Amino acid sequence: MTRLSVLKTYKIYIGGQFPRTESGRYYSPLDAAGKPLANVCLSSRKDLRNAVVAARKAFGGWSERAAFNRGQILYRIAEMLEGRRSQFVEELMLQGSSEKAANQEVDLSIDRLVYYSGWTDKYQQIFSAVNPVASSHFNFSVLEPMGVVGVVAPQNSSLIGLVSTIIPIVAGGNTVVVLASEKLPLCAVTFAEVLQTSDVPGGIINILTGTEKELIEQFGSHMDINAVLYAGDTAENYKTLQVLAADSVKRIVKFKLNPSDETAENPYLIQDFQEVKTTWHPIENIGGSSSNY
Amino acid sequence: MNKNQSTKWNLDPAPESAGHVQLKTQYELFINGKWEKPNSGKYFDSINPANEEKLASVAHADENDVDKAVKAARHAYENVWSKLSGKERGKYLFRIARLIQEKAREFAVIETLDGGKSIRESRDIDVPLAANHFFYYAGWADKLEYAFPNRPVKSLGVAGQIIPWNFPLLMAAWKIAPALAAGNTVVLKPSETTSLTALKLAELIEESGLPAGVVNIVTGYGDTGSAIVNHPDINKIAFTGSTNVGKMIQKAIAGTDKKLTLELGGKSANIIFEDAPIDQAVEGIVNGIFFNQGHVCCAGSRLFVQEGVAETVIQKLKDRMDTLYVGDPMDKNTDIGAINSKKQLETISKYIQIGIQDGNEIYQSNCALPSNGYFCKPTLFIDVAQSSQLVQEEIFGPVLTIQTFRTVDEVIQKANNTPFGLAAGVWTDKGSKIFNLTSKLRAGVVWANTYNKFDPTSPFGGYKESGFGREGGLHGLEAYLG
Repeated sequence: MTRLSVLKTYKIYIGGQFPRTESGRYYSPLDAAGKPLANVCLSSRKDLRNAVVAARKAFGGWSERAAFNRGQILYRIAEMLEGRRSQFVEELMLQGSSEKAANQEVDLSIDRLVYYSGWTDKYQQIFSAVNPVASSHFNFSVLEPMGVVGVVAPQNSSLIGLVSTIIPIVAGGNTVVVLASEKLPLCAVTFAEVLQTSDVPGGIINILTGTEKELIEQFGSHMDINAVLYAGDTAENYKTLQVLAADSVKRIVKFKLNPSDETAENPYLIQDFQEVKTTWHPIENIGGSSSNY
Repeated sequence: MNKNQSTKWNLDPAPESAGHVQLKTQYELFINGKWEKPNSGKYFDSINPANEEKLASVAHADENDVDKAVKAARHAYENVWSKLSGKERGKYLFRIARLIQEKAREFAVIETLDGGKSIRESRDIDVPLAANHFFYYAGWADKLEYAFPNRPVKSLGVAGQIIPWNFPLLMAAWKIAPALAAGNTVVLKPSETTSLTALKLAELIEESGLPAGVVNIVTGYGDTGSAIVNHPDINKIAFTGSTNVGKMIQKAIAGTDKKLTLELGGKSANIIFEDAPIDQAVEGIVNGIFFNQGHVCCAGSRLFVQEGVAETVIQKLKDRMDTLYVGDPMDKNTDIGAINSKKQLETISKYIQIGIQDGNEIYQSNCALPSNGYFCKPTLFIDVAQSSQLVQEEIFGPVLTIQTFRTVDEVIQKANNTPFGLAAGVWTDKGSKIFNLTSKLRAGVVWANTYNKFDPTSPFGGYKESGFGREGGLHGLEAYLG
């Protein structure tokens, strides 16, 4: 007697939970042979707004965590991904990768997580400064995360594109609402399951599936998104985003690297979503005593 | 034990169990990934300073053993480690960090048994900081090109590292982690009184799968250290220990191309202003001098109190000292454990005698000491002269000198007036005064309204005769890159 396998329902990930889209709609991405892969949530603008609420709520706690602790958590994601690699390889192959390419993509994703895990307590040392102002003040500039960052993930990549765009942003203490690749969404949903078992507090990374066309305006116009990273490939959508972003003076960054490239990682991708804060503090110089020793 | 006469209530003993700890009766040398018997056939005892019982025999390495270790390190450097990508080096270091976290309790217990420090400190400070240090430098291994802009990344080769007995595992982490992250291989010698956690670290390194010869651990006395310092095929010496030995090392390598960092003694000033939050400051004074029995190179061993609050501060300090638990280091209530060795207890006692003979006012806390083992009462000397030996020389024990001052200028002059320059503490409510002092004090670390804080991201090291080079943070990489 053959056993009937249990199929997975691909849901979205908001605030650490797996709801279905509030719209109740779905779409069916196809595999290489033109066969439907699964019924995936077609997220609505309301889902995006819910995700932003969850991300905003999580921002304070995440940005105030010690940099070291954020690093530990990112490293834990890498450990969990390594443990579940076969599932990702399988899904990548379902979506058209060769076995070799799928394994390479998972390897690269794990190593990239480890890479950014190491940056959490170091980028500050690279980009901050003590400024030698001429007056008697102690003056220093440090980086602080921007807040809630929207991400439109690359269309042509399922896992490494997602990891390469969102991880530097959360490494820097931001929270993220990401729209996964429309054509290749499976790994994004499975990655959410990895996140949920990796000590990542709910709401830090929120993952939606659906179409860029439908959600791009909301990414641009939402007044509580501080910045958006656009890694899509539609010039028209990118311009729409830029125009609407102006109403809330939103920072818009374009992801220009090929995520599958081993060198598509650097701390400037963290810096892109940081503000610079400068503090002035007087230095009292009472008796004019010098330190001649 | 832990009977404390001056408090109205006493805590019941709460000893940590050592049952799960795995210690061998005899330890060999860890060379090229194997456990090698020493050439001389000689072993020495590692004892528990809290009860004078032997814990294990430890191999005494001589010149031949050191030469073998250096050859192994050179071979591993040329053939394996320097050819590995930074990413893969980093992943080994992350593994080591994780393994220390997994075995944290075992390391804490052995550290306390072997060194005498309280279990609370080894559990909450030494071991987690050691793991975090590996974690931090693991992340640097593939990011070195960002550390020093426009400077090509180049490792040095074989590093010889000699570490002290006050923070045995932590010092091993401070030395090994940045060296490996930067692509060097290592020959490390722990202190003869505290070899065990370094040897446990060697076992853990074996378990991590780190290629053979990348880390070699040779145990022994000063002669072993001297064989490392004088070995012609070592590119870098890193030493933490006394200023006297540091000076000998600096002389010994003169004329060679060896790169050197020294983290030596200190006589750090802890300065309390009238506007300081007094109760917090008193806690800071206690932490500054009695942390780890005062076996801390950056201990706040010279207290400067502004005259207006001197009487209050000294009284509160005495009261607080009377509540400190001195005794069994394995007891979770213990604040002050055992002095690390008989020799060190003799040194401390000698200084206390000098203080008394000089006619200084002495105060010792009112506590009973265990009958076995090496223990010392927390001790104050009040109104000590700037020229006194107690003020000028490092005691490395729970002995604090107190001086008073009137003006900011006066305290800056006095605080800077020693050959050392490792650390300082400043206690005041006024930020502008803090930054005045931090810019005037000639010391490598200044703690404001806190004391004895350490972090892998924060550089540590001294001015003047407290040594040169920094450990920790981005600056700590500099010592291991060419």
